[in-house]
Amino acid sequence: MSGINWVDIDGERYPATEGKRVRDERVVDGKRVWHPRRSKASALLVKGVDIPLEDARVLYLGAGAGTTPSYFADVARAVYAVEFAPSPVSRLVDVAETRDRLFPFFADAREPSKYASVVEGVDILYQDVATRGQADVALKNADFVRDGGHAYVVVKARSEDVTAEPEDKYEEVAKALEEEYDVEDVVDLSPFYDDHAVVVARRQR
Amino acid sequence: MKEWFERGEGADALKASLEEDVREPEPRDIPALAVESGVFDTQDEYYDTLHEATVEGARRRVEDAVDVAERDVINAVRTLETLNEQINELDERVRDWEEETERVPVAEVNEACDALEEARDETRGFIEERAPELAPNMSNLAGSVLTARLIALAGGLDKLARMPSSTVQVLGAEDALFAHLRGNAPSPKHGVIYVHPYVRGTQKEERGSAARAVAGKLTIAARVDRYAGDLRPELADELDEKIERIRGRGQE
Repeated sequence: MSGINWVDIDGERYPATEGKRVRDERVVDGKRVWHPRRSKASALLVKGVDIPLEDARVLYLGAGAGTTPSYFADVARAVYAVEFAPSPVSRLVDVAETRDRLFPFFADAREPSKYASVVEGVDILYQDVATRGQADVALKNADFVRDGGHAYVVVKARSEDVTAEPEDKYEEVAKALEEEYDVEDVVDLSPFYDDHAVVVARRQR
Repeated sequence: MKEWFERGEGADALKASLEEDVREPEPRDIPALAVESGVFDTQDEYYDTLHEATVEGARRRVEDAVDVAERDVINAVRTLETLNEQINELDERVRDWEEETERVPVAEVNEACDALEEARDETRGFIEERAPELAPNMSNLAGSVLTARLIALAGGLDKLARMPSSTVQVLGAEDALFAHLRGNAPSPKHGVIYVHPYVRGTQKEERGSAARAVAGKLTIAARVDRYAGDLRPELADELDEKIERIRGRGQE
């Protein structure tokens, strides 16, 4: 399934991939364990949602210091990792040096026209940006996604409005995404992450 | 429009394309185009070149951006200090004058003071916005303005991150330090970190210990900010505990 293996630790199943170790992640049977409290993509997988990463081309927005992108790059064909905060980019670049098919970009995901000359059409858009206007970022980058490709948009309820109910926020983002995607699911990431959900969608033209 | 890999070699071509080419997003098959163009024999070869160029390009661009951000913060905090000095001096002078004379033309001077105060608030706002981006952990421990002053005194975050905490502790007390080294004075216990509430607010006998604790934690924070970049709230918790213990000692 999707190039991701599963390992058992104390009766719990965790996703794991083969690849060079990046930080202090646990390695079981030669495979790097994706901990669901340290990676939202892992939390999503543990909650039963597939991410078809094997041989996929991925656009990763909000790559941070590169931990989850490094897992993706263990199985994907190409990962384009975009991050706009200077400090994490330094670490992202260090991680990218250990992965031949992880391409780091110090760029603003709200301005995709600035990296469209280099980023190819992708099978998967994965987005984890903590700024306001999360739906807007996914909409602006929708045209990179190939027909039938998947989008996973992490919604952090708190970065939008501290007073609103998280569920309302998730629905609002899901609704906005309908402009460019078919929304398939909204997955709450608790208990691994509070106030976070992932909107799972598909690009149809 | 030329493809990025047709603009020249590796990182320079990529840099030029990222800076100059504006293109609408499209699901293009760029590796296939790269092979069709004849520049690359295989898609793997294209990906290898892309990897090298993106790694080098991102590293260069982020270093430039950090340099600019750092210079901005340093200039802002030096400006803030000058504004504060000028405002205090003008204020004092006008007061003295008002005491001596009944009618003095101070309206314009007061207006100028108001303008300076506005500039000071703007500058402080700028620092409060930028310092946490540049140094999130230091700003979390010491506030934006003190963080900016320490970075300015050290001559950059990189230099600050390489200093021993005993040097950080007396940054801004260079005059006192040199007097001490000449043998004319006791060693200074603190420099600008004196303005930190944990130093200033600690009873006099324990203030040296408090300054050492604050400087020690700030030094770690500077290294995390320089080399890692993520916010670690536990640093502030650890400092809270340490100060509590130091202050408790005085009461025993």
